[in-house]
Amino acid sequence: MATLNIEIDGRALQVESGDTIMDAANQAGITIPHFCYHKKLSIAANCRMCLVQVEKAPKPLPACATPVTDGMKVYTRSEYAINAQKSVMEFLLINHPLDCPICDQGGECTLQDLAVGYGGSSSRYQEIKRVVRDKNLGPLIATDMTRCIHCSRCVRFGQEIAGVMELGMPGRGEHTEVMPFLESQVASELSGNVIDLCPVGALTSKPFRYTARSWELSRRPSISPHDSLGSNLEVHVKDNKVMRVLPRENEDVNECWLADRDRFSYEGLNTAERLTQPMVKYNGQWMETTWQAALEFVADKLKTIPAEQIGALSTPYRPAEELFLLQKLMRGMGSGNVDHRLRQSDFSLDDKAHGGFWLGMPVTYMSRLNRMLVVGANLRKDHPLMAHRIRESVRWYGELNLINAHEDEFLGKVHAKRIVAPSQLASTLAGVCRALAELKALPVPDIAAHGVADDTARKMADSLSGGETRAVFLGNMAQHHPSYSQIHALAQEVSRLAGASFGVLGEAANSVGAVAVGAIPGCGALGQPALKGLNAQQMLAQPLRAYLLLSVEAELDTHDPVAAIASINAAEFVVMMSPYKGKSLDYADVLLPIAPWTETSGTFVNTEGRVQSFSAVVKPLGETRPAWKVLRVLGNLLGLAGFEHNDSKEVLRDALGDTPLGSVQAFLDNEVSGVKVEPPSPGEGLERVAEVPIYQTDAVVRRSPSLQMTLDASLPVARMNSRLIAKLGLQENGRVSVRQTASALTLKVQRDDFLPDNCVRVPSGHPLTAGLGPMFGPITAEPV
Amino acid sequence: MSLLKPTPQVCSWTQALDHSASLATYVANGGYQALRRVVTEQVSGDAIIAELKTSALRGRGGAGFPTGLKWSFMPRAFPGDKYIVCNSDEGEPGTFKDRDILRHNPHQLIEGMAIAGYVLGARVGYNYIHGEIFEIYDIFERALKEAREAGYLGDNLFGTDFCFQLHAHHGYGAYICGEETALLESIEGKKGQPRFKPPFPASFGLYGKPTTINNTETLASVPWIVQHGGQAFLELGKPNNGGPKLFSVSGHVNKPGNYEVPLGTPFAELLELAGGVRNGHKLKAVIPGGSSAPVLPAEVMMDCTMDFDCIAKAGSMLGSGAVIVMDETVCMVRALERLSYFYFEESCGQCTPCREGTGWMYRVIHRIEHGQGRPEDMELLNSVAGRIGGHTICALGDAAAMPVQSFLKHFGREFEYHIEQKRCMV
Repeated sequence: MATLNIEIDGRALQVESGDTIMDAANQAGITIPHFCYHKKLSIAANCRMCLVQVEKAPKPLPACATPVTDGMKVYTRSEYAINAQKSVMEFLLINHPLDCPICDQGGECTLQDLAVGYGGSSSRYQEIKRVVRDKNLGPLIATDMTRCIHCSRCVRFGQEIAGVMELGMPGRGEHTEVMPFLESQVASELSGNVIDLCPVGALTSKPFRYTARSWELSRRPSISPHDSLGSNLEVHVKDNKVMRVLPRENEDVNECWLADRDRFSYEGLNTAERLTQPMVKYNGQWMETTWQAALEFVADKLKTIPAEQIGALSTPYRPAEELFLLQKLMRGMGSGNVDHRLRQSDFSLDDKAHGGFWLGMPVTYMSRLNRMLVVGANLRKDHPLMAHRIRESVRWYGELNLINAHEDEFLGKVHAKRIVAPSQLASTLAGVCRALAELKALPVPDIAAHGVADDTARKMADSLSGGETRAVFLGNMAQHHPSYSQIHALAQEVSRLAGASFGVLGEAANSVGAVAVGAIPGCGALGQPALKGLNAQQMLAQPLRAYLLLSVEAELDTHDPVAAIASINAAEFVVMMSPYKGKSLDYADVLLPIAPWTETSGTFVNTEGRVQSFSAVVKPLGETRPAWKVLRVLGNLLGLAGFEHNDSKEVLRDALGDTPLGSVQAFLDNEVSGVKVEPPSPGEGLERVAEVPIYQTDAVVRRSPSLQMTLDASLPVARMNSRLIAKLGLQENGRVSVRQTASALTLKVQRDDFLPDNCVRVPSGHPLTAGLGPMFGPITAEPV
Repeated sequence: MSLLKPTPQVCSWTQALDHSASLATYVANGGYQALRRVVTEQVSGDAIIAELKTSALRGRGGAGFPTGLKWSFMPRAFPGDKYIVCNSDEGEPGTFKDRDILRHNPHQLIEGMAIAGYVLGARVGYNYIHGEIFEIYDIFERALKEAREAGYLGDNLFGTDFCFQLHAHHGYGAYICGEETALLESIEGKKGQPRFKPPFPASFGLYGKPTTINNTETLASVPWIVQHGGQAFLELGKPNNGGPKLFSVSGHVNKPGNYEVPLGTPFAELLELAGGVRNGHKLKAVIPGGSSAPVLPAEVMMDCTMDFDCIAKAGSMLGSGAVIVMDETVCMVRALERLSYFYFEESCGQCTPCREGTGWMYRVIHRIEHGQGRPEDMELLNSVAGRIGGHTICALGDAAAMPVQSFLKHFGREFEYHIEQKRCMV
C-alpha cells in the first residue's frame, strides 16, 4: 500500500491509498458528521451528511465514499462544507417528528446531537409532515417508522452481517419505507443489533421501551454469561436494577455486536421466580430461614454422609471462582465427585486428554479462514457471533464444510455437507479422514480404517487440502455425542492430515474455565492431580445420598433428565444453590439464593482461553449472596483448610495463580491419545436428534419473557423427513406420540426434509420434552 | 435512403421504407456490412475508437459525453467478463426518439452493439428497454431472433472466433432506471437505485465487471461511422458536435414528432420542420433537452442553434434532444407544478436531499398554483432547489432542481403574480 500525503482542515496527514476521506479523518481524530456510514457495513453514501469540500472538486463530496488521492486538500469545516451539511440536516428534519420528549432514543440520538450543530432553530417547512405506519418486528424490536431517516444501516446489517435480509426498503422517493418482507417478524439471532445501528428512534428496544431515559442510566462493564464467546457487555443500571444491556466494543471478541441472547436475557434477572431468602424444607414444608441457620444445617447434614456419597454438580454458566471453590470443598471433604459437563455422555477422554479443550486459535482468526470443517454444531444458534465470523470467512471466499445430524440454514455458502444420523457421525468423519490420507498419499490412520471415502468425503478432503488457513471445529452436538471420544480423535487426525488448526467450540460461557479450575473428576486446577471421582453421568445414573447443585435445573440442564431427576429425587439430601426457585422446590431440601452474574464479581474464561473478570453491576437482590462467599463460609463451617479468601480476586489467584491468562493458555490442549475407534453397528429403529434451543440454554435465558416470545422459542415439535412421515403413517402438522426411556409425549409433526432417514428431531432442554430421556439414542414414534 | 451512401440521416433512414424493422430491408440496404468487415478483417479496436474520436460523436442520452473517449476508458485487455449495455430506458419527459429507432431500425442498434462488443472485448450485451413500451420490446425481440438466426449474433460470427450474445431486458417504468448505474442494478435484479461513483462502470459495472453503457442512438450511429468514417460523420454536424441528431419535438407545434437534423441546425429551422407554433400563437418558452434541462425564453431560443455547445452557452442543455415547445397560453406555474410532481414521484428515495426536497418543492409550487402562495415562497423554492442540486449521488437531484431554478429565473413575474393575485397571469 502506498502512502499518500493529504491535508484535512489544514492538517497534513499521511494515509494509505485506498482509504476514504472518512477513514483518514477518523485516524486524525477529525469528526465528520454522518448517519449512513458505519465502519462494519458497506458504504451507501446516501445520507449525504458527510459532504465535505474537496479542492478542485466541482461539488461537495461524501467523505465516506470518496477515496483519498495524493495531494488532496479537504475542508470539513469550511463555509462551503458546512453549508452542504446544513442543507442535508434541514432535509432530514423536515419530515422528522418533533417527538424527542417521548422518544426512547432521546439523549443518545445521532440526529438529535447533530441537529444541535447543523440544524436551524426553526423549520422553513410549513407543509404536512409524513407519517409512516409502524411495523411489527416481533417481541424484541419496537418500531416508530415515522422517525426513520432511511440511512439503510439496518437493511445492510441484515444482508452483510446477519446473513439474511429480513428488512428491505421498498417504495420510492418519499414513500420509501423500511419494512420486513411479507409482514414477517425479524427472526435473526442477531436482530437486536439494528437497535444500536439505528441512528434515530425508529428501531428501539421493545423490552426497554419507556422504562428509563438514557441519561438516568449508569453504564457498567460486564461479561456475557451465555455462549462461549464471552461477549463484552455494557450493562445499564438505574435504581439498582438492570434496565438494559448493550455491547461493549471489543474487536477481539464481539466487535461491536451482541447476540440477542446476550442483549435481552437481563429480563430474566428480576422475575418473581427469584429466590431471595435461604429456605429449608422442614416436615415437607418450605420455611424461610437465615443464612447462618441454613448453612449450619447444610454443614451438619453433610458431615453425616460419607464423602463419596456426595455429588457436586454445576452448570458451566457459573463464574470460575464458584466452580473452583465447589471442587475445593468437595475434595476437602474427601470426594472427587464434581463435574459441570451435564449434557456430556462420553467421558472416556478424561484419562486421554493432556489439557483443557479450547478453540485452538484466537476468535479473530475465525473471520479469515480459507478452509473449514465443522462437525456436529448448530452454529447460528449455539454460537451466534462465531457463526458471523465464519460467514465472514465464507464471504472472503473461504470454503465451509459441514458434518451434522440436522441442517439448519447457515445463511452463507456451504461448500460440502453431509447430514447423517447421529450414530453415523463418527464413521462419516472417518471417511473424510481416509479420503484426506489417500489424497495426500499418506497411510490411513488406524482409527479411520472403517471409513468410506465417498464423493462428499473426497470433496471435503480436496477442500481441506487447499487454502492457507484451515480449521476443524467440533460443536456442541459433537461434545454431547455418546461417541464424543471417537469424534474428537478422528477430527484430530483430520486436522493433522490437513495441516489444519483443531478446535472445540466451547459449549457455554465458562466451559473452558470450569476445566481450568478443576471442576471435573480426577483433575484439579490447571491440571494438577486431584481426587478421582464420579463424572456427571455417573453421579446421575445411580442415586447418591446427597447432591450439591450449583444452579443446576436437572430436568433441563442434563443429558438424560429422566435419570437425573430420578436420582436426585431418590437422594436423601439435596442442596440447591440458585438465583431461582424453579422446579428445585420439588426435589431440593435446602435452597440457597446465590447471585446471578450481575450481582457478583467473577471470571469467565471464553473458548479461546481469554480470562475475563467482571464486577457486580447491581447489589444482590434480597438476601442473595455471591456463591463464592456461600461456598467459602460452607468450607469454614465444615472445618476445611484453605477457605480464607476475602474477595473473588483472591479466589481466582488461588485457582489460577498470579497470571491467570498465561496459566490458562499453557493448560489448554486439544491433543488426545490412545482412543480406540470401533465401527458403528448399523442402527435399528429410529434415532433421536436433539439440540438445546437457543433460548433454553441456561436459567436466566429461560426466564426472559421477550426472548421466550421469539420464533426461536416456539414450542418443541417432532421433526422428521417426509419418508419417515409416510412410513409411520403420520400426517404433516398432525400429532405423533414419541417415547424413549420413560413416558410417551405427544408432539406436533413437522416435516424437515433436511433430516436423515429414520431420525426424529426433538429438542432437549425444554420443559415440555424433559420427560423423554437422553439426547441421543433410540426413540419410538407412532400415530396418536 | 440506405447505409450504402453517407446519407445525412444516420438513424432514421429506414422509416420511409416498407418493413422498416426487418432484417431483409436492413441487409438489402447495406446493413451488417460494417460488422462483417470489422470482424472478418480483424480491424483493430484502437482504429475504431480513433474513428469515433474523429467523428465527435457525443452521447445521445443526455450528458453528451464523447463516445470515443468513453470507450477508451474500458479496460479492453482485462481478461474476465465484460459487458456492453444499451440504455433504451427512455424515460425523460418529452423524449421519444429511441423507441423510433427500436421500432424502425432495430438492426442498426444490434450491429452497433456487436461492433461495440468486438471493440470492447464484451461477449455479452444487454439492451435495457423502457418498461412502458412493450410493443417496442416485442419488435426488438423479433429483430434479435432474426439476427441470431442469420448469424449476426451468437458464437463464431462470420466463421471467426468472435462471439457475441445480445439480450433484451425490459424495465418496469421507473425513470431512475435510465440512470446508468441504477439500470445496472435493475438488470442484476435489484431495486433500481444509482450507485455511488467512483468506481465507474468501466471498472465496476454489471455484476461487478467492466461495462460500457451507451444510449440507443449513440450505439446505432456506430455502424454508420464505421462504414463511412469519422470525418464524414463529423462533417454532417459541426466541430465538437459530430453528426445529425434526432430531436423529439413536442408541445405546441403543428407537427410534433422526431426530426433527425444535423447538429448546429438553427432552432428556427427545426421549429419550421415541426410545422411552427400551433394556431399561429406566439412562442413563449422552450425546454430544449428534456424536462431536466433548464427552460429558455423564446427570444433566447430563437437565437440558438441545436447543438451541445450553443445550448450550453445559452444556459441550458441539449440533453436527450427533447424539445418541449410552449406557446403564450401556457401558465408557467402550472407547467412547473407538473414537472416537479414528476421528480417527486420518480426520486428513488436514496439520498436525503432528493428524497425530502422534491416533495417539499412540489408542495410549495402546488400551493402557489392553487392560490395559497406566500411572499417568501419564491426565495424558499430557490434555496431548496439550490440545496438539492449537487448534493446527491446521481443527477436526478440536479434534474429536479434545474427546472425550478430556471422557471423562477425567466418567468419569476408569473409566480409573483400567482402569489399576489391568487390566479393565473395568462
